[in-house]
Parts: sequence; C-alpha cells; structure tokens
Amino acid sequence: MEWEIVIGLEVHTQLSTNTKIFSGASTAFGSEPNTQADAVSIALPGVLPVLNKGAVERAIKFGLAVGAYIAPRSVFARKNYFYPDLPKGYQISQMDLPVVGAGALTIQVEPLSGNAKPYEKVVRITRAHLEEDAGKSVHGASQGLTGIDLNRAGTPLLEIVSEPDMSSAAEAVAYAKALHSMVRWIGICDGNMQEGSFRCDVNVSVRKPGEPLGTRREIKNLNSFKFMQQAIDYEVQWQIDTLENGGKVQQATILFNPDTGETRSMRSKEDAHDYRYFPDPDLLPLDITPAMIEAVRATLPELPQAKSGRYTSEYGLSAYDAASLTASREMAEFFDASVSMVGAAHAKLCANWLIGEVSAQLNRDGLDIAKCPISATQFGGMLARIADGTISNSGAKEVFRALWSEGGTADAIIEAKGLKQVSDGGAIEKIVAEVMAANADKVAEYRGGKDKLFGFFVGAAMKASQGKANPVQLNEVLKQKLAG
Amino acid sequence: MLNLSLQQQGLALRARKISSVELTQLYLDRISTHNPVLNAYVTVDAAKSLAQAQAADVRLAVGAADPLTGIPIAQKDIFCAQGWRTTCGSKMLDNFISPYDAHVISLFNGAGAVNLGKTNMDEFAMGSSNETSYFGPVRNPWDIKAVPGGSSGGAASAVAARLCAAATGTDTGGSIRQPAALCGITGIKPTYGTVSRYGMIAFASSLDQAGPMARSAQDCALMLNVMTGHDARDSTSLQRDKEDYARDLHRPLKGLRIGLPKEFFAEGLSQDVAACVQAAVAEYQKLGATVVDISLPNAKLAVPVYYVLAPAEASSNLSRFDGVRYGYRAPDYTDLTDMYEKTRAQGFGEEVKRRIMIGTYVLSHGYYDAYYLQAQKIRRLIAQDFVEAFKQCDVIMGPTSPSTAFNLGEKGDDPVQMYLSDIYTIAVNLAGLPGMSIPCGTGANGLPVGLQIIGDYFKEAQMLGVAHQYQLATDWHSRAPQGL
Amino acid sequence: MITYWPYYNKVFAMSLTTQDVQKIARLARLAMNQAEIEAARAQLSGIFELIAEMQAVDTRGIAPMSHAQELSQQLREDVVTEANQREAFQAIAPQVEGGLYLVPQVIE
Repeated sequence: MEWEIVIGLEVHTQLSTNTKIFSGASTAFGSEPNTQADAVSIALPGVLPVLNKGAVERAIKFGLAVGAYIAPRSVFARKNYFYPDLPKGYQISQMDLPVVGAGALTIQVEPLSGNAKPYEKVVRITRAHLEEDAGKSVHGASQGLTGIDLNRAGTPLLEIVSEPDMSSAAEAVAYAKALHSMVRWIGICDGNMQEGSFRCDVNVSVRKPGEPLGTRREIKNLNSFKFMQQAIDYEVQWQIDTLENGGKVQQATILFNPDTGETRSMRSKEDAHDYRYFPDPDLLPLDITPAMIEAVRATLPELPQAKSGRYTSEYGLSAYDAASLTASREMAEFFDASVSMVGAAHAKLCANWLIGEVSAQLNRDGLDIAKCPISATQFGGMLARIADGTISNSGAKEVFRALWSEGGTADAIIEAKGLKQVSDGGAIEKIVAEVMAANADKVAEYRGGKDKLFGFFVGAAMKASQGKANPVQLNEVLKQKLAG
Repeated sequence: MLNLSLQQQGLALRARKISSVELTQLYLDRISTHNPVLNAYVTVDAAKSLAQAQAADVRLAVGAADPLTGIPIAQKDIFCAQGWRTTCGSKMLDNFISPYDAHVISLFNGAGAVNLGKTNMDEFAMGSSNETSYFGPVRNPWDIKAVPGGSSGGAASAVAARLCAAATGTDTGGSIRQPAALCGITGIKPTYGTVSRYGMIAFASSLDQAGPMARSAQDCALMLNVMTGHDARDSTSLQRDKEDYARDLHRPLKGLRIGLPKEFFAEGLSQDVAACVQAAVAEYQKLGATVVDISLPNAKLAVPVYYVLAPAEASSNLSRFDGVRYGYRAPDYTDLTDMYEKTRAQGFGEEVKRRIMIGTYVLSHGYYDAYYLQAQKIRRLIAQDFVEAFKQCDVIMGPTSPSTAFNLGEKGDDPVQMYLSDIYTIAVNLAGLPGMSIPCGTGANGLPVGLQIIGDYFKEAQMLGVAHQYQLATDWHSRAPQGL
Repeated sequence: MITYWPYYNKVFAMSLTTQDVQKIARLARLAMNQAEIEAARAQLSGIFELIAEMQAVDTRGIAPMSHAQELSQQLREDVVTEANQREAFQAIAPQVEGGLYLVPQVIE
C-alpha cells in the first residue's frame, strides 16, 4: 500500500542588514571571533535591546512579496533556554503575534524521477517572524572544550514557516529554491547557504491516504538543496520502514550527516522543552503603520510572478520559458538588459539563447548567471548582429564561444574571424550557379522529384560560401534556381 | 558642610569656600570611620573619586560648573560604572569590573558629580531589609540593630549617616521608598520610563525604575534634573521634553486634594506609623490641602501579582549569569550542565534562587495562563484603580511601610512576612506611577516613619513641591541619627 | 469589585511536590541537593499560598498589561555604532582562548 508524504519547512533567513537586530554591531561575515560581539551581543548585565529598522523593513518586504498579512501590531517574546551560544539565556523571538501572517508562494516543481512533467504548485506560508540568531560553537578549540564565537549572535533572522503542503522531496526542494530565489530577488537576504544565511528545518511525516497526520520528525539546519533532498529521501524511507516493521515514530529533532547520508537524533536537547515564552518587557509592541508599509512597497522590485506574466503577454514567450527566466533575479535582469539592446521584437531570440546556449555553458562550467563571464552588454551586442542578419546562427555560436573564453565585443570578433555573412544577392546567385553547375546530375534528380536533395544543395552552397551565406537568402535563391 | 543641601554645597563649591577634593575627602573620611559598622558601601575607590573631584575643581575654576559639579554622590551597586567593580550585591558579580557606564552614571559624570562609591544592596535588588546582600547586611544609622530597609539599603543608610551628599537608588516594588522611610530620608521613584534603565542591572524590567535618595525633596529635584531624559538605548525610555523638577517647589498647597485610600489604613498597619501619617496629613490640611477618602479596591492583590510578575521577569533576566562570559564560575564541574548548575547554585544567594524558582514555575508549561497572564490582567485592574482615584484627588498619601525598621534577622525565616513589608509600595510600580517617601515622624522605638506620596503619571514636580512645602513647615527631614 | 471564581481555588489550593521543585531547579539550572529541595518546597508552597489569592479574581475580558505605558517600539537606524571591544570584554571572562569563550564540550 502507498504512503503519503507530508512535509513542511521552517526556513531561517539571515536578513541583509548592516547591523544586528537589537544593537549597532556589524553583521559582516568572517571576522575574527567575538570582534563583532558588542555589549548587547555578549549580554553584559544591564544592556538592553533596541529594534533595527532595517530588519523590520525587510520583514515587511517579504510579507508584501508573498501577499501576506502584515500585522499592524506584533510582539517580541523571550524563548528561555540555556545554551552557551545563547548569551542572555533566552532568544528574543516572536510567538503569538508575528510580524508577517498568512501568505503563499507559487513554485515550479521538476519531478525527480520518471517522465513526469514539470508542474506548478502553490505552497501556503503560515507566518514569518523576526528573531535573533545565536552564536556559533567551535568544537575542538581546546581539548575537551568548546569555543564560543558570538559574532553571529543577534544577527536578524526572518523565520518563514510553511504549511505542511509539500508531498515529496522534489516539492520541498522546489519550495526551498523558490523561497531562496524570492528572498534574494527582493534583496532581504544574500542567500549564501555555505555561510548559513539560508537554513532549512524540514518537518517530515508519513501516513496512509485518508488517515490523520503521522508523527513528524524535524531535520534541523539543512544548508544545501542537495542535502535536503537526500535527507528527506532517507528520512521518509526510515519512517516507512519503521512503521511497516510495526514500530512507532517518536517526535524528534534530528540531524542529517552528509558523509553517511543518514539522519540521527540530536543528543543535547534531551530536556523536555519548556521555553517559558513571555512578552519581552524590554521591548514595546512593534506597530507598523500603513504609511510604513507603503514606503516599503515603493522599494519592491517587479516580482517574479508579475515579470513572468509580462514575458508571456508582451514577448509571447511560453510559460515554461518565462518561468525559467524568472527563476532568479540575476537571470531576469540579464534577460531584461539583453532585450533592451536588441528590442522587444527579438525577445524570443534572446530567451532561446539564454535558456539554451548560455544556460548549457553555465552548467558545464558550474557557474550561475551572476558569475556569467559574458556581460548582458556583450551578449546583447551579439544578439543584435544575429537580428540584423550580420551573422548566421552558426556564426553566432562561434562569436559566443569567443566571447566566453576571450571576451571582447561581438563586432570585433566578427571582424577578426571574418564571420560576416554574405547577404549580397549577386554573390549568392553566383555561388548557387557554381554549385548547380558542379552537380548537374543532382539538379536533374531534384527536378525529377527528389525533393530531399534540397538539403544537399543548401549544404554544398553554404560550404562553398565558407559558411557565410545568409541562410534565408540562400534558401530563397536555391529554391528559385532549382525550380528552373 | 555635611548638613548643607545640595544647592548650598554647590554654592559653596562655586564660591570656592571648599573644593570638591576637600568635600570628597571629608566624605571619604566619614566612610572610613563609619562604614565598618554600617556596611553601606560595597566598594570605595578613593583614588577614582578624588580624580573626579580634581576634574570637577577644574570645571568649577573655569566657571563651567553644573548644579551638581563637584558634589559626591553614592551610586547604588546596581549601576554599571566603567572601571568600577559592579556587584549588584551578589557573589555572582563579586569580580565583575564593568567595561561600560550605565546611562545614569554617564549623566552624573557629564554633570561633573563625583562618584563616591558603590552602595550595598539586597542581592540583585531582591529584598526589603538589605539582608540578602552577599557583602553582608547594612545597618540602620538610627539603630544599628535595625535593618535599613531594602533593596537600596546602603544608599539610604549612607544618606542618613551623611556618608554622601545624595545617592541613587532603584525601585522595583518599593526599593527606594521603603529604605528611605526606614532611614528617615527622602526618596522618589519617578514615572516608569523617566530614567533610562540602560546599564542598570535588571531585576524586573517592566517595574524597575531608578531615582534619587537624599535628605530633602529639594535635593531630590536637583538629582532628578540630572538623572532623567530620553535614552535611545532603552526602548522603554520615554520621549519627553526635559523638565525642571524644581519648578513647583514653591507652589502653595492651597486647594491641593489629598486622597487617602482606605486600604492603606486597614489591618496590618502598626499604630505608631498610622499616628505619624495621620499627623502629617493634618499638617497638610493646616497648609491648605483638603482630604478625600478614596479606595484602591485591588491594591491588596498587588503583593501576589508582584510575586508572580517580578520573579517571572527576574528568572529570565538572570539567565545570563551562566559562568560563560563574565562573573563567577564554579571551580569544579563535570560537564556543561554541571558547570551551569553549580555556578548558579553557588553564585546566587537563597532569596535570588527562590525568586528564580518562583518565576520559572509561573512561566512553565501549563501554568502560564493561571499565573503570569492572570497577574498581568490584575495588574491592569490595579492601574485602573489609580486612574479612577486621580479623578478625585491630586496626590495620594499613606504610609510607605507598615512598620518602622525591624531588627536584623527578625523576618529571616519567613519570606512571606518579608514580602508583606512592601504592601503599600508595590501597586505604584505595577501601575508605573511616581511615588515618594518623606520622613514624617518617629515610631514607638524612636525610628523614622515615612509618608508615602503617590502622584499621577509625570507629576513628579508637583509631588516634590508637595513634599517641599511640608519640609518647610516641619523638621523631620533634617533630623540626623545620634552618635554620628 | 472583586468577584470570586471558585473554580480556581480548587485547582490552585495545592502545594508543590518534590518533583515540581526538581523540575524547576533543572529548568533554572540550579544545583540542589535533597535537603535543599525539601526546604525550597516548603517555602515556595507558602509563597504560592500568598499568590493563590490572585486566582479568585474574575479577569475575563481584561487585557493583560505588559508595560506601564501604552507606547510603540522605537526603531533604530541600521547603522554600525559599535566598535570591537573584545579585549576589554574578555578581560573579565572566566576562560578564553584565541578570542573564543571556552565552555565544557557541547554535545549536539
């Protein structure tokens, strides 16, 4: 009998503020330990938190981007527990009244197996709340001891909680990727997963269709999409095996070990959690006015959904192409910049090249569009030469390879490599005449009804022109001359 | 010189009749003589104080003096002062040299006042007798067998014994007013949010408020002028224009309506205290005031409400004392949890641990609604009682404490009896109102009795005027303990 | 006026058990031996008797009061104001090495 998989995500995104959520210490990554741990970060006796406007604005921005409710009043609460990376002995977070309420995110799912087609799905977002990050434990700093670095303590986090709407690892990964793209798109998080700017906790449970939700286990701190998929696959199988062998799944917090590909329970948090939440008396309620929301809305870029809709209606792109081009803000910006150089009439050409040749080359080199060695200007310059007929598609491929490896401009490369295609009617007619003369037998066969030979003539004429003949013109002339 | 008001001392300094160094030395000598018995100071650092005095003398010489420039002020050891040991009366902070200044300390430094030393206090301000200090009890200069009250017992004892010109205190449930009453001095707790809490080691954040303790209302007004003002580092600090708290000192009392809450004169109030308070009210009537009988029906719930809210906040505020970043760490432990548990068990005294436990319990899972939330709701009822009362009167008067100073050890074994010494003061903190205590007689044992004056929000200037007019007509405030 | 809500009296007229005290001590990270737990149990029970007075009040419809003033949180501009003070801060730390605070090994 089949099992149904139920997955919900809690994603911690570090907000890209200059300073911490409750103090004016820098949030820059990679500094010497504790050099960014100010009096508030190390919780000296007597220090107090003051809320960072930049963090609030970013939370509002996210809420607007996912069409969520922005709470006119939200409240900070203390979550009490002892841990050496938590200097106050409590984390300031939001409990009952979060800053962002219910919203939704549309995701494109690419099934991982079989021939299933990509599909679209809407994942509901339960809430998003502001809180402070903890510091870092550095293990093996000294024999039998753990070192504590509080540079990260107090970095603003937006914890984004989804409904348990995902039913496969593919959907969970697609949601995480869409969220990752969105927070970078609206500029509230740098999305650097190696540095921990975007960390996912995944709640997984399984059940038989129609039955109530199963007991969930929470996989903590996944910082790569690949690990997320592996961890979910392993965890789902583990839960199914456990249940099918007559066992029971206990609610637990677990860690994924990328080296073994397995999950295991965390040992340190064996205490039955009793966080003793209560409203933080050091902070007053956060009141967000409509004016504040409008001010943030004015800074919001065109969102991926809107942009993708515009690509299909204005440029006539397919929904799939439009979605691919809006998968990241950098890709969309690259596309927009290129289109602005060649004109909207050639947007389709631009899209084909970006999704085709450019993406393939990026993949081969393991790069993403932000690191593309060809700038949008260089790329647009090349497209313009295709559009005006200066170079053929095959000529363009050569230009593209040269731009990729050596840089420069399309025009200079066309000149240097002599790639300018022949569009002179007389010259093409002369070539065609020569080719026909040299292949009189084939001409006869063609005229006798062997239409398939047309391709042969195109190839031969193109070869004779050293690949430079304008293919459209060449086709026309050939058709005309061969017809006799 | 010792009996001069702050204003007179300031004039003497400006007239160069005495230098700040001489005045400071005078107090330092008295401290050397009397502190071994009174134990009012935890830390005295003559070199530091005299250096500040020297700087003040320079300022006085160039005519750049503020009203308190050169005047030696004792600071409660709850205020972090850079380079000064700041213990909060606890073994936990026995070795804590503060790396920064509390806002209040910066303000006094800016005004050119001399920090004369750090005064003893109940551990983390939890106590009403100053017996919970790790540094031993403070003695009442009127009778060294008696307690000075708490938690600002060191400050009250030092002011009464002329071991400083004036002092700072803090008041969470009566910690300025009750010791002021028991030591025969004047103290005012202003409206919550008037004095910044930045750098004041937190007990119960939503109730803690600093204020001055001095020999007269006039001195308190000068102190408040320095201590108050908005501080962006404390989110609960009020944004109000700077005001002159001495502006109403000379306003006549004619027409003043004094509210007498019947609940403050019921069972539990000792006869001699009641008699003194009634005599003081009669004196006010002579001065032109009228008396209105009022009721604060929920006031009797103040003690239970307080012993839920204050310990709840304290249990969380004191979690930062974990032996990791500063303060005491137990010498021997087996692992992290053991280090935490031993550090906190050894570093905190009995009363502090008791309150941490109460607070932990009332916030814990399953009890929050019945205790913490219920207490917050009754807190509102208590505050509303005052709103109603101030529709009928301008100030409220009553006893500060149910009895005069009791003997050391007298209430030692029974925390509940000790908690009841604050029955008249606690409601004021819950409401966030200003409250003060002024000497108004002596009890059967010859020890001082305090009259409590409660004002409406932001009516400190009026209250100080009301107190000052009484002090012009009587001499209770200028009486000094014998033998000093 | 105070009206009484009898339901509460029944629930809260109880005293703490030794297990309650042990649980609180563990949550609060306070080492306590058996005798201390017993002493704390007796004292805390007395205090909770005092607190129980509160339970009789009918507070339905009353909004909880968290702060003395009904004000909104002020926001701080997102500008770096704090410089590195590690040396001063770690001069008063129990155990540090290489700029890190040291604690007994943390096991995840």
